[in-house]
Amino acid sequence: MSKAVPKSEFDLGWKDIEPGCVVSQPGNAAQYRCGDWRSIRPVWDHEKCIKCGVCFIYCPDAAIHKNEQGYFEADLYYCKGCGICVQECITGCIKMVEEGE
Amino acid sequence: MGKRIGIENSIAAADAIKMANVDVVAAYPITPQTHIVEHLAELVANGELDAEFIPVESEHSAMSVCCGSVAAGARTFTCTSAQGLALMNEIVFIAASMRLPMLMILANRSLSGPLSIWNDHTDVMSVRDCGWIQVFADNGQELFDHVFFAYRVAEDRNVSIPVMINIDGFIVTHMIEAVEYWDEEQVKRYLPDFKPVSVLHPDHPVTMGAFGMPGIFSEAKKNQNEALIASKPHIMKAWDEMAQVIGRKYAPVETYKLEGAETAFLTMGSFSETASIAIDRLREQGRPVGQIKLRLWRPFPFDELREAVKGVKNLIVIDRAISYGGPGGPVASEIRGALYGEPRMPAVANFLCGFAGRDVTPDDFLKMYAKTEELVKSGKTIKEEDYILYGIRE
Repeated sequence: MSKAVPKSEFDLGWKDIEPGCVVSQPGNAAQYRCGDWRSIRPVWDHEKCIKCGVCFIYCPDAAIHKNEQGYFEADLYYCKGCGICVQECITGCIKMVEEGE
Repeated sequence: MGKRIGIENSIAAADAIKMANVDVVAAYPITPQTHIVEHLAELVANGELDAEFIPVESEHSAMSVCCGSVAAGARTFTCTSAQGLALMNEIVFIAASMRLPMLMILANRSLSGPLSIWNDHTDVMSVRDCGWIQVFADNGQELFDHVFFAYRVAEDRNVSIPVMINIDGFIVTHMIEAVEYWDEEQVKRYLPDFKPVSVLHPDHPVTMGAFGMPGIFSEAKKNQNEALIASKPHIMKAWDEMAQVIGRKYAPVETYKLEGAETAFLTMGSFSETASIAIDRLREQGRPVGQIKLRLWRPFPFDELREAVKGVKNLIVIDRAISYGGPGGPVASEIRGALYGEPRMPAVANFLCGFAGRDVTPDDFLKMYAKTEELVKSGKTIKEEDYILYGIRE
């Protein structure tokens, strides 16, 4: 019998925590908003992008996905702003910009 | 009913642990805990106890092994004193926060320095806030009985919190006393098999000891605190049911000759028995003196303490530890805190004594009583003498 899908840590009240903070349900990493750590975010220049998907392959958090036009973009719920996509991009089409700019 | 035999208390405690049928013992030798663990090693070596005896390389490893073995669903025991407790300190806190039910007997010994191997309560007071259920046993029989109590409470699925039994090193551990053993039927009736709330098993994977970011940490602490507070009725039930099995009734706060007492000693551990001799003498002289014994240290028994001190004008709290530069002994601080704002709060005199094996005899308790009377008569509030280090040479 499966329990309800685990909530984000920000939705959990103290009574929702299992004894000893045991995590008994799998798949919790998907609920974890590591995007909060980010101070810079990746921005794609579609003029230069060749839609090769190297950024998608190298992203350590699987935060990059393909949109309907076939371009790649980051899911800012997960993107920590590590910049590995910028390092690996073949055409140099990705830039990191300060959050808030 | 089992046999009543003359035996060293440490050996009796080890026999109780054997009768509780532990699966894992992980401990590192340290005086004055040694006889308990040595006897368990013998019992395992000669085949009387079917358990894993893990002779670890340090106390830090001992507590780490205990966490692992409880997580795997094994009934687990460890035992230490003073510096050993200090070395295992970080894992002691983790065991409680991970709600891993186990038993530790802490043979109370002074934390160095100066280097000492003798008894006081500085070790247990250093882990006051570790989150374990903490009880004090005054003698060998209480120690023996509380081994079964500890596993019963710790492993209760409504509790799932480790239990620490405090016992005065040497003064109780190395004493030969008459101890009434439980028989197998009584143990079976009182202590069910261990069925952990969560267990590590490849067929049902879970995550234990996960990271807690600021977004969840405070909720986790509230959860842990509420669990410790909520263990109280299960602790009471375990004592009630023990009384039905063996006829001895324990309580979070116990009293002796307290009826009509204007002054009461508040003691923990083996001091309780010594002080009661002084109280007998004072009562013979017609002095209205009684005694309050604090057995349950965590969760703190607020209601029982407040009930016990009703009608008491002067409370003499004996501490066996010091809080350097602080407001007195740790026990007195808590007693004052627990009673603050009560309508008829007794004046609290605080004597710190018995450090690192210094004998405190019934005569010493008489002197502490006399000093308290003197303070009361002098019109000084006891508050002015926040605490007195008793018996110190100038």
